[in-house]
Amino acid sequence: MRYELDPVRVRKILGNKKQFIMGDMAIAYGGLLAGVGFFGGYPITPASEVAEGMARMLPRAGGTFIQMEDEIASMAAIIGAAWSGTKTMTATSGPGFSLMMENYGYAIMTETPCVIANVQRTGPSTGQPTQGAQGDMLQTRWGSHGDMMAIALCPSTVQECLDMTIESFNLSEKYRHPVVLLADGEVGHLREKVVIPDVDEMELFERIEATVDKDKFIPYSESQTNPGSKVPDFPTFGSGYRSYVTGLTHNDMGFPATDKQPDHERLINRLVSKITDDREKLTDVEEIELEDAEVVFVTYGASARPAESAVRMARAKGIKAGMLRLKLVWPFPEKAIYDLSKKVNKIIVPEMSLGQMVHPIREFAAKDCEVIVAPKVGGVMHLPVELLEYLEEGA
Amino acid sequence: MKKEIQVAGFGGQGVILSGFIIGKAACVFADLNAVQSQSYGPEARGGAAKTAVIISDETIGYPRPTSIDVFVAMAQEAFNSYLPDCRDDTVLIIDPDLVTQSDVGRPIYKVRVQKIAEELGNKIVTNIAMVGALTGIYDLGVPDEAVKQAVIDSVPKKFMELNINAFEKGLEAGKNARPE
Repeated sequence: MRYELDPVRVRKILGNKKQFIMGDMAIAYGGLLAGVGFFGGYPITPASEVAEGMARMLPRAGGTFIQMEDEIASMAAIIGAAWSGTKTMTATSGPGFSLMMENYGYAIMTETPCVIANVQRTGPSTGQPTQGAQGDMLQTRWGSHGDMMAIALCPSTVQECLDMTIESFNLSEKYRHPVVLLADGEVGHLREKVVIPDVDEMELFERIEATVDKDKFIPYSESQTNPGSKVPDFPTFGSGYRSYVTGLTHNDMGFPATDKQPDHERLINRLVSKITDDREKLTDVEEIELEDAEVVFVTYGASARPAESAVRMARAKGIKAGMLRLKLVWPFPEKAIYDLSKKVNKIIVPEMSLGQMVHPIREFAAKDCEVIVAPKVGGVMHLPVELLEYLEEGA
Repeated sequence: MKKEIQVAGFGGQGVILSGFIIGKAACVFADLNAVQSQSYGPEARGGAAKTAVIISDETIGYPRPTSIDVFVAMAQEAFNSYLPDCRDDTVLIIDPDLVTQSDVGRPIYKVRVQKIAEELGNKIVTNIAMVGALTGIYDLGVPDEAVKQAVIDSVPKKFMELNINAFEKGLEAGKNARPE
């Protein structure tokens, strides 16, 4: 069976337009508004409230909520359910995300649209459950084996938790790729005002389904319905379109071709380039005080908030400080970072880790621009005054 | 206008709900911005629990308190632990039955909110009485009526009257309280 939520009913379940809710709950709201029909997950702090919200609301909206036995199964469940034609989602944090890595790669290889909300904490291992951190920025990109691309967004506010969850579904449907919403325990457990969009205020993208004659259908080629797109048409299970679905290297017909070098090369290049061809179109950054800036933060997620406060404080002291906030972290906004690095003397990357995104930022910055990390570990955010010191030193 | 409010006690007292109500009053029932953050241990009951609310008429960047305007302590341990985070002129509010040792050489508002709740028949509304007392003592920048609406919007219907009574008794006690 295929779940199709009635958006008007969903909107009614969510209630008042203006609410004071937690980031995690806003993620659940965003999923419901995007039309998620299936949620499979395993509770984990600080992401549990996403599952809590889904358990409470999704069945009332006509969808299915399943608490799985662990995160490996959760990821498997949302992949399987996605092939029934519905939008699917799970939510987790670091330790669960580590367990999901194998099936995350499977979703990429089988071009299965689904959304993983990762409300990050730290590690290694179980680390600090009730504290927020930004521990999975690189795992999202490099955590599963093989050549692949990632799509990931990073909310800094509770409103963005809602809006970016909807956007995650849209990108997932468009590219037939798992999309990771990289929230963190700080923003996930923060309560703030959100304005809930009405049905006519949202733009939703639905996957392109197979429409050619069934005997002419090629399941892993460029689109036959939407010429020029590298994203194949989706043969929903039960629609009558035949498709073999495997994690093994496959040819255009979906059959294993594990010892065929040209098949593997063509497949992997298409899987990656269907996203990277749109890298600049996907780039989504917020610029703050960048016009004449000499020393800047490149930020994402919760750490953008103390960083912005620090920029305001520095400007009041006459320091030419600015900030570039990455709303979409993967695929990496290579050109935005390069262009920024040509204009400024120093890039400082505040992270709730010893440093993760500083690495790709350094990779794509011009060689004469200094790039350093401003690390903060232990489950707390940077204080604005701590970040101000970095700007004072860099000025 | 920016106000930083911290409420602390132990897990199970409804400390976090009290912060939620204040933030909701500002955001939903008055046209302001607010953020509410919290920290707590893994225990369901017991252990330290703390919530901070920032209310502002502007966008709020850094969401944690940096200069606390008012501190409410609902347990001795919370009072001892978090008093050092306060400024010299931070308004201090305690329930003297829950914080028995509060002689730190500065004036403190003392409101027996747990007693108010017990007199209403249920200790569980101690936190709501404290929200009332806080509203009565300190100018949150939010109308009293908005806080009351937020209480009504946040508690189970079955216990609505009890909670409204707790809020109003707490509010009255707060308005009459003087620092001692």
